[in-house]
Amino acid sequence: MEEIGELVVELAQEEPLPLKVSFAVRPGELLALVGPSGSGKTTVLRTIAGLYRPRSQLIRCARWCWADSGRGIHLPPQRRRVGLVFQDYALFPHLSAKDNVMAALGHLPRSARPERARELLAAVRLAGLERRRPHQLSGGQRQRVALARALAREPRVLLLDEPFSAVDQVTRRRLQRELVLLRQRMPVPTVLVTHDLEEAARLADRICVLYRGETLQTAPPQEVLHRPASSLVARLVDLANIFTGEVAAQHAERTMLRWGERLLEARKQPGFSVGQRVAWVIPPAYVVLHRRDRPSRGERENPVAGRIVELVSFGENTHVTMEAEDRARIQFTVSAHVAGRNRLAPGAPVRVSLLAEGIHLMET
Amino acid sequence: MDWQALTLSLKLAFWACLLLVPLATLLVRWLIQAPPLVRRFCQVVIALPLVLPPTVMGFYLLQLFGRGSPLGRLYERLTGESLVFSFEGLVAAALVFNLPFAVQPLERAFAAIPREVREAAWVSGLSPLATFFRIELPLAWPGLISALVLTFTHTLGEFGVLLMVGGAIPGETRTAAIAIYDSVQALEDQAAAAMALVLLAVSFLTLALVYLWAPAGERAR
Repeated sequence: MEEIGELVVELAQEEPLPLKVSFAVRPGELLALVGPSGSGKTTVLRTIAGLYRPRSQLIRCARWCWADSGRGIHLPPQRRRVGLVFQDYALFPHLSAKDNVMAALGHLPRSARPERARELLAAVRLAGLERRRPHQLSGGQRQRVALARALAREPRVLLLDEPFSAVDQVTRRRLQRELVLLRQRMPVPTVLVTHDLEEAARLADRICVLYRGETLQTAPPQEVLHRPASSLVARLVDLANIFTGEVAAQHAERTMLRWGERLLEARKQPGFSVGQRVAWVIPPAYVVLHRRDRPSRGERENPVAGRIVELVSFGENTHVTMEAEDRARIQFTVSAHVAGRNRLAPGAPVRVSLLAEGIHLMET
Repeated sequence: MDWQALTLSLKLAFWACLLLVPLATLLVRWLIQAPPLVRRFCQVVIALPLVLPPTVMGFYLLQLFGRGSPLGRLYERLTGESLVFSFEGLVAAALVFNLPFAVQPLERAFAAIPREVREAAWVSGLSPLATFFRIELPLAWPGLISALVLTFTHTLGEFGVLLMVGGAIPGETRTAAIAIYDSVQALEDQAAAAMALVLLAVSFLTLALVYLWAPAGERAR
């Protein structure tokens, strides 16, 4: 395999579509680009592949410079050694699975190509289907042909554009598992574009949140989900429990937060000054129900009382929305048997604690 | 049966196909990536031969090919011959009046190739030329066949433009369609009927071939 190294991407442009992108992906790392549709995810991938040319760009991969607008460098896609799986796979419809893969083996001597194509198809578990045309394959099989074709070039970067969006749930799970296994064998930087946040959190080492062409936060999934960089990121990743408040005091170990009439203890966050208006978020996992049967940990921490307004069961879990006395709505999740034992029902009174550790402050 | 006229028509149709289809392919490749406004404008110009009276087109072509125009003078200086009232002039005219018949099916075929398929070829390492021959051309094949057949049959059938640009010089510019007209004028109904039947049969057979073949072509995709 050729030399493998870090992928560095820096893009900037105002027109025709705004871009302000900056991230790096280490070898073997999977970065998920997430964001609402139209946020520029696919454009970023296309730029890395050399299919789109923004005004200002710097793209380096290992020791190669693929694009540097400052120095007038822009390698065409043919010279970038990128493995790109398109959203709808973009297989060559008139060629068999094997010929699709062989088309990307131009760097090998002609005589070595058929054997290598067979190996690549076998590696994605398509042995025996080499002669099928794309329309004779299922969605999952097509996706694997596209993956085999992307890997055929021995890419230095793997780019996946919504690779699981066109297949059913069962196939998706299986393909995702195979992707994880593949990454162990092939330690290249990988960029996955997805609008599915759960998928991103499950597969990615880090998530990069993109909004209107701008990278807002690049961090491990848990950090993005529990400590979003801004209230915009929090809304984009669809976090529940986003509120506004005011920093009341900065103690040695705690930051005190005024939330309406209440004074909440929060994890120490020294970057905010006393009196500052802030947005804050608490992930549902840090909202603890006060049980009727036995007291649990942290009951004295930021207690809030209210009434249940909505109960939604998702399999084992029950999502609860409560309304506090001042009408603020707080969401949390309990397992179904806890919901039953505590006789949670719409209209019933309920008490919870907001664990200080989970209260995360953000600029408004 | 005027074999000379029929041979001339077939020869003209052959040359029209041979020259026009590659030219139209190049034009279409440029057209599908041109700015939308430029593309629309070109589409209108290219479609003109569909609606213009043949005499109008013939008139302008005469002006264009004649000794009075730079093109006519250039051709005469290069070859020593005139472009009007010559077989070469007919071929040149055929390139113009067949334009929509060659361009439109090709344009539909090339425009139907998804952008991503072309890009996938580039990312796979195929050069633009290799992408054209190995990916685009095979995918646009049905359009190419349509363009060939329409150009061929329409050239066989063209009458007014060829009469205006070529006159009706036997062996040089008197095509089968013109021969039918001459026969009718000379009250030689039998000769006209024979030639008409031949043209009808050739046109029917070529079209039938395409229509029977096209679905098979689509299945293969």
